[in-house]
Amino acid sequence: MTLRTPATPATPGASAARLIYRKPDVLLDRSTHYCPGCGHGIVHRLLAEVMTELDLPPHTIAVAPVGCAVFAYDYLNVDFVEAPHGRAPAVATGIRRVRPEAFVLTYQGDGDLAAIGTAEIVHAAARGERITAIFVNNGIYGMTGGQMAPTTLLGQRTTSSPNGRDAALMGYPIRITEMLAQLPGVTYAARGTVADVASIGKLKAMIRRACQVQIDGGGFAIVEALSNCPVGWGMTPQESLQHLKGPVVAEYPLGVIVDRKAPGAAPVPLQPATGPEA
Amino acid sequence: MTGQREIGIAPRHAGAEAVPQAQARANAGAEADAHRRARVLMKGNEAIAEAAIQAGCDAYFGYPITPQAELLEWMARRMIELGRVFVQAESELGAINMALGAAATGARVMVSSSSPGISLMAEAMSYMAGSGTPMVLVNVMRAGPGLGGIGPSQSDYFQATKGHGHGDYRVPVLAPASIGEAMELMATSFELAERYRTPVMVVADGILGQAMEPVDLRFRTPERRAFDWALTGAVGRPARVIKSIDLDPEVLEKRNLALQHKYREIARHEVRWEGWQLQDAEFAIVAYGTAARVASSAIAEARERGIRVGLFRPITLWPFPEHELARLSRHLDGILTVELSSGQMVEDVRLAVEGRCPVAFHGRMGGLVPTPHEVLGALKALRARVDRTRETGHRERVESRGAFSRGHGSDGDGDGAGIHASVHAGERHGGRR
Amino acid sequence: MDLRPPVPWAPLVIAEDRCKGCELCIAACPRSVLSLDRGRVNALGYHPVELTDAAGCTSCAFCARICPDAVFTVWAAPRPARREERPR
Repeated sequence: MTLRTPATPATPGASAARLIYRKPDVLLDRSTHYCPGCGHGIVHRLLAEVMTELDLPPHTIAVAPVGCAVFAYDYLNVDFVEAPHGRAPAVATGIRRVRPEAFVLTYQGDGDLAAIGTAEIVHAAARGERITAIFVNNGIYGMTGGQMAPTTLLGQRTTSSPNGRDAALMGYPIRITEMLAQLPGVTYAARGTVADVASIGKLKAMIRRACQVQIDGGGFAIVEALSNCPVGWGMTPQESLQHLKGPVVAEYPLGVIVDRKAPGAAPVPLQPATGPEA
Repeated sequence: MTGQREIGIAPRHAGAEAVPQAQARANAGAEADAHRRARVLMKGNEAIAEAAIQAGCDAYFGYPITPQAELLEWMARRMIELGRVFVQAESELGAINMALGAAATGARVMVSSSSPGISLMAEAMSYMAGSGTPMVLVNVMRAGPGLGGIGPSQSDYFQATKGHGHGDYRVPVLAPASIGEAMELMATSFELAERYRTPVMVVADGILGQAMEPVDLRFRTPERRAFDWALTGAVGRPARVIKSIDLDPEVLEKRNLALQHKYREIARHEVRWEGWQLQDAEFAIVAYGTAARVASSAIAEARERGIRVGLFRPITLWPFPEHELARLSRHLDGILTVELSSGQMVEDVRLAVEGRCPVAFHGRMGGLVPTPHEVLGALKALRARVDRTRETGHRERVESRGAFSRGHGSDGDGDGAGIHASVHAGERHGGRR
Repeated sequence: MDLRPPVPWAPLVIAEDRCKGCELCIAACPRSVLSLDRGRVNALGYHPVELTDAAGCTSCAFCARICPDAVFTVWAAPRPARREERPR
């Protein structure tokens, strides 16, 4: 069935119904295990839209995390490999090096990327690996029941910070994307959010740019998507989006942190050196 | 080693036909032609690396650690010369996970490290065993535990053969005893990994890694297979997923049963071992790697003294040649196991022997290597025990640990070094012959 | 699932069986034409969303853009015929 077939117009000369939006096919027709209102679903959908628009799915080899999105491969119809917790950027490095023609994507949560996987993401970025990293940051460990994450806000109650995150005992939230952006191997680093329709549109543009950087032969690209966890935060889905727009964005500023290949940007050597002269 | 050698290799598994593919990378190029059939003096680490390259290794990931840094350095130069993939990762954890990713795409992948680095790789090895991802991991063993020392050791036997990481899995483990054999086993290890879709370990020790021996640089590149599981981009086919997770217990049990079936197949078809001078032997020394070479010298000397002893050398530590050893033990008066450890393989020896004859042990730790003299002494002690048993009719369990001929007598205070204890009789044996 | 607009016309096709009743679409809708059908429960156990006023929907697709479960297919209404018909 093709959706281009319009409904029969009611009167001659009238135009047919126009298709405004449909879910891309690469996002499978399957109900997900994510909680109602969970931002993972929004990010998966944006990724599916961007990949479809850029004709990426046949060339994609993606790396799934450990976390709520561990079953991402059940929802996105591309080749996938499961990575141990935190190791996705290293796994993606291995894929990228032996498959120069593939489109390589990682999808990680905040525990995966900013806790156990900190070394892997820093070094993949430092090496300027030509991969696109999607970082879904909801400031909590959802899958394991709502424990504190390195990105949890000060004062936020979680099951492992029941009295609220206390800087003296538990340190401060990490703005890891800003840390990574300093590295010359990082071509693009941006932060968006799923808090409302307008933000979702901006986030989609960031994801698209991050994918385009890879297609254009650039270096490491990362998009941090500030997301929600209604169950972990103890809020309704709508309340959780308000929380995103308020305290979360106050801690993690939105915008493009660096885009070294933007028009007018100074060129940087982005391909890892392979020749003997390097 | 001289003398009649018998290499036992079970009949080849009639598995999937290899599909030859023209792979530019698999052909090592004009430069390798110059190395073919040359006989050169090579350091073990470098020889292992070069053999892997000639076996068609597409990608190498590693991290510097003594005593295998030369392997990484050889790869750094040669892989880049050949246009293949080399990455010095940020850690061993990074390296093994890069290998996991590359191997998931069907590339022929290798990682090397030494004991502490191997420990960091346990997680990814478990994942690759669970998901059926082939790759080769070389452990140039050093003394532990912990940071330990950089001297040679065989104290990672348990780690290699008893799981290393979590979960119900096995990994084929190959143990060369010479640099030439190590080179040969690199091609074998890639073949096993790809035929059975499993990670494979090759365990050498610091001596094999650092020594230099003349080797034949024979060009052996295992055929390339077509993989119906590799991630290459879902063009014109359904998407593939490589994973080890299954939350449904019944599904996970099925996955585990399939793994166990695979391990039984490997155990049926891939056992490798070497026997030397066993035809008329009353005693056997069981040893692998460098310990086997020391034992060979001891055996030669023992034979001159009229002790009929031979060498049983496992080449696959897993699958352990238990049936062959069991069969052999029916005809033996005693077995001496020699290891560069506190005694790890000896447990598998005892399991295989099932009490048919006494099993003694001699080992050194800390990076020290038993001398042929020590081994001969342990062998004589074993023979003396066996003779006493015949006289008294009372079977004694024989154990010996620690130093010979170093002036460590039995001091009865229970400290490990230099104490030889008989478990049953509580009798201590001091001094050395 | 048939994603063509329903007859009689409605701009939304809703995959009810994937809806989790999270209400993000309801909050996002600028026309307030969506609400949960609290008289029904879908196979997942949630009250699915329904379009309560097809004529009031402008096909802005905000619902589709915010839905985490991609339940919406959005059509724009057919345009009425011009008064003067031109030969093609």
